Amino acid sequence: MTSELLDIADAVVGAALPGEQIEAYVARGSSTEVRVYGGEVEHFVAAASEGIGIRIISGGRTGFAHAGTLDLTAIHEVLAEARENVAFGTPDEWAGLAEPDGVATIDQELWNEQLAGFATTDKVALALELESITKGLDSRIRVDDANYVDGGGEAAIVTSTGVRRHGRSNACHVSVSTLADGDGETQTGFGFSIGAHPGEFDLERAAQEAVDRATRLLGARKPPSGRTTVVFDPLVTAQLLGVIGSTLNGEAVVKGRSIFAERLGDDIASSAVTLIDDPTDPRAYTATDTDGEGLAARRNVLIGAGRLERFVHSSYSGRRAGVPSTGNGVRGGYAGSPSAGCLALALEPGSRSRDDLIAGVGDGVLVLSVSGLHSGVNTISGDVSVGASGIVIRNGVLAEPIREFTLATTIQRLLSDVVEVGSDVEWLPMRAAGVSLVVGGVTVSGTS
Amino acid sequence: MIAADVIERVLTTARARGASFAEVYCEDRRNVSVSFDDGRVDQVSNGRDRGAGIRVVRGETTGYAHTADLSEASLLAAAQAAADAAGAGDGGSHTVSLDGREPDRGVRRKVAVSPLDVTKAARVALLEAANDAARSVSSSIVQVSAGIGDSVKRVLIANTDGVFATDEVTRVLFRVSAVADGDTGMQTGSESLGYTLGWEIFDETSVADLARSAADQAVLKLRARPAPSGQMPVVIAKGTGGVLFHEACGHGLEADHVAKGASVYAGRIGELVASPLVTLVDDGTVPGEWGTRSFDDEGHATRRNVLIRDGVLVDYMWDHLRADREGRPVSGNGRREDYTSLPMVRMTNTFVLAGPDDPDDIISSTANGVYVARLGGGSVNTATGDFVFGMREAYLIENGRITEPLREGNLIGNGPQVLSDIDMLGHDFDMGGPGTCGKDGQGVPVGTGQPTLRVASLTVGGTAA
Repeated sequence: MTSELLDIADAVVGAALPGEQIEAYVARGSSTEVRVYGGEVEHFVAAASEGIGIRIISGGRTGFAHAGTLDLTAIHEVLAEARENVAFGTPDEWAGLAEPDGVATIDQELWNEQLAGFATTDKVALALELESITKGLDSRIRVDDANYVDGGGEAAIVTSTGVRRHGRSNACHVSVSTLADGDGETQTGFGFSIGAHPGEFDLERAAQEAVDRATRLLGARKPPSGRTTVVFDPLVTAQLLGVIGSTLNGEAVVKGRSIFAERLGDDIASSAVTLIDDPTDPRAYTATDTDGEGLAARRNVLIGAGRLERFVHSSYSGRRAGVPSTGNGVRGGYAGSPSAGCLALALEPGSRSRDDLIAGVGDGVLVLSVSGLHSGVNTISGDVSVGASGIVIRNGVLAEPIREFTLATTIQRLLSDVVEVGSDVEWLPMRAAGVSLVVGGVTVSGTS
Repeated sequence: MIAADVIERVLTTARARGASFAEVYCEDRRNVSVSFDDGRVDQVSNGRDRGAGIRVVRGETTGYAHTADLSEASLLAAAQAAADAAGAGDGGSHTVSLDGREPDRGVRRKVAVSPLDVTKAARVALLEAANDAARSVSSSIVQVSAGIGDSVKRVLIANTDGVFATDEVTRVLFRVSAVADGDTGMQTGSESLGYTLGWEIFDETSVADLARSAADQAVLKLRARPAPSGQMPVVIAKGTGGVLFHEACGHGLEADHVAKGASVYAGRIGELVASPLVTLVDDGTVPGEWGTRSFDDEGHATRRNVLIRDGVLVDYMWDHLRADREGRPVSGNGRREDYTSLPMVRMTNTFVLAGPDDPDDIISSTANGVYVARLGGGSVNTATGDFVFGMREAYLIENGRITEPLREGNLIGNGPQVLSDIDMLGHDFDMGGPGTCGKDGQGVPVGTGQPTLRVASLTVGGTAA
């Protein structure tokens, strides 16, 4: 296994002084973003980036430095700065880099040659086609923008503890944002499509979804307040899974910031809930063969039929909790050091379609979108309050649209109040997959 | 960072294919961050990011390319890539000259103590002091984290319209958060301090005071009851509520949303869009504030722009692209996260000027409602005007008095409706803490501010009946 990036990382790690652990993460990537509007290219961004992050641990103290270049002089500076930063750390008996754990990686097809060779003019054409299809579906629809985005890169990670990995990956998606004009009002929607390469895009479906999301909300009013059963749209469920995942983060657990810290082995959710973090599932948008510390990515059941089975751990949080890393070191690029986090969450699907779920609810709300997750969800207290829009469910069928209301509960209650998981799993360009989810006992705040 | 003759050649290459506009934006940023968590220094970290972005506009199309390599060869390659991205043209020759000018340095912000002259040991000492102060508040404080991040960024911007500007921007940000544990579970409190200034910000504000305040919030919330649900009057304390205007109308006044008809404020210049009490200003020149700059990220001097005067919509905010298309001046609102990003119309420091009312009267004249002492972040859909923002510290108002603390939740409203529902505005005023505004994946520092105010009716998103 050789590459220029591995050579750079090897050289850095080779400079370790006695008593030092060194980790070098070296990355290089490029991306394209095409945005079209009104049949013209609004902007075309061709981006290229590279950089290195170096972590040094000595005497239990950690220092880190990064630079957005692979210039040799800069790398020497980064190494010196990381080393200098060690001196200001506080000794931490659990500090340390990941060590090879014998878990084999599961090979994934993370690099697609067809995407790598996709012509620029074809990227523009795809975005224009998506815009055109979307506009043609409904006379009430305007397109705010249509986009083609791709990115690819390679990364190498080497540690003085024996980790040595190199890999490359690429990905692409298209998306469209819509405006639907009604009687003195405008509603918005969006749709997207992902694929290993552009040939797998379903433009018609993305366009139809963007049209439906906007037009379905025309005429929406603020609903009355009350407590009700809701059916979350797959995209909303995926957003909520992201929040739930952060409460199962081993680092939050060992630092006393998780509501579920003392609950391993307990029933924390309804028996309908089986939550799995599985970056080895090739259908996941964030599928990967290794985590941010260079360990093999793996399938972890976090909640099994309602029972809290496990937290996700990095090597640090695992060491501190007295368990092995679960292969969940997450790294946000070369500019940061890894910490524990979920990689690819999904609920185990149920057996019924969304229509059947809606029919089964009787009276409730189909929630199509939520907003304000960052301001209205506190993962430490567990309070959840989000803005929402959706459609009233009456006698088991969809009725009038509603908007400008909030939904409130707690993370603990949300998990316990899950009635049923749908069969309609959707793989989204996020760290979690979507699926329809029925939850009881949610407070709606609207009029009066 | 780049010699003038190199800039000339890069801009000439960028324009070579018939572009109407070309720009080079170069930055060199050094940052240091120290994080403290769980009773120990978590990590000391340094970063160095340097690069240039080349923008080319041809017709309706903008091409953009960037490079971390500031050699002439690499810059010319990026210029070529940006020109290609903007589309092929007639190839007319347009030699660009800076005429031997020195770059415009704008209004130099005086930084008393550069973070580059502060030791890492001093940073650690501040965080230890914050940790100790927060933990001393109560035995129920079970966790404290704190961090200091500072950056010194030099930028150089030149374009084919004659902009040639350089600036140095120093920012320092301190944050602290505390977790309290009690019979009702855990609660959190947080504080932050951030200015476009140097280390002198710590002369005026004690990190220990901020840490104690964060701990006090967390402890107080242990006895908080669920927030109510439904519509009611909401009083928002001075300083903390600027985010309401940032979301309720600020984003909707950005010319890019307006141009696409994706704003509820499109086509409404000269109309009453808010209570006559409201005068809303976006001002990138306020000394030291978090959203302050000498120049925006297109090299245009920042300004004080009145957006709404006495409730009437006066103007939108503009960047180069949108102003050029409308044939009007820019407003100093073209901003970007870094050299890898295209500039967009963005807010700087957005605030509502003080009004006529006594803040105490605002509370005492409210029979029943919610008093928000501290708001969190928010978000808006500019096309519908629906927005949410979080209550981080709030209380019930009962019979004109502030009573019980409430658990966290979001407030939801519709921008134009909420702006016209502001029925009292205090004669006090304060700027709020440092914020990061996200748009299209880019985060930029922004400031907000406002006097104590009352919204006659807002929807509170709690769980209590």
